[in-house]
Amino acid sequence: MSTTPAAVNQMPREHYLNATYGIRSWLLTTDHKRIALLYLASVTFFFFIGGAFATMIRIHLLTPKGLLVTPETYNKLFTMHGVAMIFFFLIPSIPAVLGNFLLPIMIGAKDLAFPKINLLSWYIYLVGGCFVLYSFSTGGLDTGWTFYTPLSSVYSNSAVTPAVLGVFINGFSSILTGLNFIVTVHTMRAPGMTWFRLPLFVWAQYATSIIFILGTPVIAITLLLAGMERMFHLGFFNPQLGGDPILFQHLFWFYSHPAVYIMILPAMGVISEIIPTFARKPIFGYSFIAGSSIAIAVIGFFVWAHHMFLTGESTYAALTFSLLSYLVAIPSAVKVFNWASTLYKGSISYDTPMLYALGFIGLFLIGGLTGLFLACLGLDIHLHDTYFVIAHFHYIMVGGAVMGYVGGLHYWWPKITGKLYPEFLARVAAVTLFLGFNLTFFPQFILGYLGMPRRYASYPPEFQVLNVMSTAGASILALGYLLPMIYLTWSMRYGAVAGPNPWPATGLEWQTASPPLTENFDVTPEVTWEPYDFDNRPDLGLDVKGAPSLAHGTD
Amino acid sequence: MHRTGELYEQYRTMEQQRETASLGMWIFLSTEVLFFGGLFMTYTLNRSTYPDIFSEASKTIKLSWGAINTVVLIGSSLTMAMAVWASQAGRKKALTWFLIATLVLGTVFLGIKSIEYHDKYVEHHIPGWNFQFEPGADAATNAHTQLFFSLYFGMTGLHALHMIIGAGLLIWLVKESVKGRFTPEYNTPVENIGLYWHFVDIVWIFLFPLLYLIDRH
Amino acid sequence: MSEHHIVSPKIYFTIFGILMICTFLTVAAAEVDLNRYFSGLNIIVALTIAVFKASLVVLFFMHGKYSPKRTQLVIIASVFWLAIMLFMTMSDYVTRPWS
Repeated sequence: MSTTPAAVNQMPREHYLNATYGIRSWLLTTDHKRIALLYLASVTFFFFIGGAFATMIRIHLLTPKGLLVTPETYNKLFTMHGVAMIFFFLIPSIPAVLGNFLLPIMIGAKDLAFPKINLLSWYIYLVGGCFVLYSFSTGGLDTGWTFYTPLSSVYSNSAVTPAVLGVFINGFSSILTGLNFIVTVHTMRAPGMTWFRLPLFVWAQYATSIIFILGTPVIAITLLLAGMERMFHLGFFNPQLGGDPILFQHLFWFYSHPAVYIMILPAMGVISEIIPTFARKPIFGYSFIAGSSIAIAVIGFFVWAHHMFLTGESTYAALTFSLLSYLVAIPSAVKVFNWASTLYKGSISYDTPMLYALGFIGLFLIGGLTGLFLACLGLDIHLHDTYFVIAHFHYIMVGGAVMGYVGGLHYWWPKITGKLYPEFLARVAAVTLFLGFNLTFFPQFILGYLGMPRRYASYPPEFQVLNVMSTAGASILALGYLLPMIYLTWSMRYGAVAGPNPWPATGLEWQTASPPLTENFDVTPEVTWEPYDFDNRPDLGLDVKGAPSLAHGTD
Repeated sequence: MHRTGELYEQYRTMEQQRETASLGMWIFLSTEVLFFGGLFMTYTLNRSTYPDIFSEASKTIKLSWGAINTVVLIGSSLTMAMAVWASQAGRKKALTWFLIATLVLGTVFLGIKSIEYHDKYVEHHIPGWNFQFEPGADAATNAHTQLFFSLYFGMTGLHALHMIIGAGLLIWLVKESVKGRFTPEYNTPVENIGLYWHFVDIVWIFLFPLLYLIDRH
Repeated sequence: MSEHHIVSPKIYFTIFGILMICTFLTVAAAEVDLNRYFSGLNIIVALTIAVFKASLVVLFFMHGKYSPKRTQLVIIASVFWLAIMLFMTMSDYVTRPWS
């Protein structure tokens, strides 16, 4: 199906959004695209919740003695910020929103392997979310998102049990999503869609799903044990009863470290899609990027105790985990190299998704490299539990994962809604976000290096300037998030019609209408082309070396 | 609602549907390996830390019940495998009987488990519920033996929960098989629920020596 | 590529017989103090028998032997991951005295 870039585009008459009407058709849908939008709404809700707590934290830290709350309440703020953001926003975000929407289309299928289980996943997520919201509103949670024992299992006076139950239940949502994705990629590919013709986004989701499957059950059982210890006064993790708190940490981090790869791998998949499109070049080193995704998923399971260097674990264990943590950086570096190589001599256009992708590369680089600082045993003694760690993981989770998510939303927004967002405003928002982010978190590297501990409600006065900078940055960052929420919503009604392939890009999803039909394809596609093969796709309507086409709507 | 045996919309062929269901069940079972795995990890650490306590505490659970249950459960795996064979061979009545046999053996297992749990209740060996290891035991002994019993109840309890779910699935299978729903062309639920049942058997194959056979000499 | 191979009842009954023998063996072995010869021999024997029994169930009752390669990969991966969790965690505890 050919597209001419500046042709007059029309919304298709029937598509997945208007195929059926009424609230039941949404709440009982098995269409992966509608389920993706259900998830979009719920993860955005939890993003606001987590963001509200972050706002309170940053306001509180404007003064050395703390401006807003008591230390006990402060403990609750950072805990609930972490729990909401990690379990209910970051982990589901790209897989459950973009993954759900795109995976079947990208492989040429009508839906996932198990559509009803997909819907069940969403409901399980909601139930877990309800338990956690109940915990937040009836006393809150003050254990840290890490739920270390025996504070969480014995001594805390906050609403630990419902929170732990909520996270436990939510885990099954992840597990079912991962199961669905893996089976779908194995058995539902269209004819001709071989493994090495898959878009890298699909490879990323597959690798993420491996982690969902093998890691999530462990945190499930661990939190269950901690919850039961709290309810029945058992002794697994309580030293007073002969138990071992470090066992909890081993079990907890066995999942929670791979969980950070759950958060970043999908974002890397998004970047691997955006860069070729806006460099108008095939991705450099496709099989290396695909292999790196799997390598990160696998090696990521071997490094967990680098979170435990200061717990008294054995020197031998510390050395092993430190070495492995250096090794796991290698596949990530391979990806960064390949993205950069794709850009080299490409025909670059600075559309909004590309701005997010470029921002991602820089910020992920900083976040990843500072991870190596922390993997170094000698340095970690000084940096552990300081703001250096906080800056490190926010560079990756916010500068990396969230930018990948927002960039992906922009990139596929025309496909999801059939509309274009206002390009100029979107670029302004992207730059705002980037600047706000750096102002928020770069000072935190310095604060950590100078010794400011994390999870403290007050700090020595000499740290105030940096803290104020960080809070100022946070307000700009917030603006950077609010703007897209406003104009993306606006565009659903008033945006220009996008047409099937506005960028244009090469994947199967761009062969469908925007928005797609409920069953995605009229006819099962037969794939005969290699991915990102801009040179051999005359149907895209590009010039010989791809002059940038006018993809943008009215600014 | 789809009737059992129809081709669902998202699939192109029955073969694809069958493969997908099977792979889905195997992946689900791999999550269960890691789920139980956390308990096995806790067990491993605690047993290596308190070998004598575990030995003492293990002696108070009856080996005979455990051994009988092992035979019963492996027997139920046999009848389940035979049920799958019957469905593949088109032997519909045999299928129903083998499924019923599996269900009966599973129920026997759960019955014996309840007897064992009751014994533990009588002996005050249920953690968190007036736990007292032996009449003269001090606080430290109580605390440490309670670790063993927490694991005993946690592991066998989680296992029993999986068996109860399995029994429910078997009841559904019996009903459908009586209606004649399973043929050599379509026996996917029998195969996949069979896989689940065998997995539950495998968990017990490890639980038995780890909990009952620590130091019987 | 699913298996249409029908395993014969004879194999099932044979495997069942072997499993019964193994069960008897493992109970018998527990009654003997093997730790005299080699510290930890009892648990090694018990776990070896258990792994052997589990393998028979996976290979024959669950048709693992006749399953496609990707199913076998799933089985191996889950066991391997469990092994990582057990071994790497215990490596911390076991090497503490060395520090």
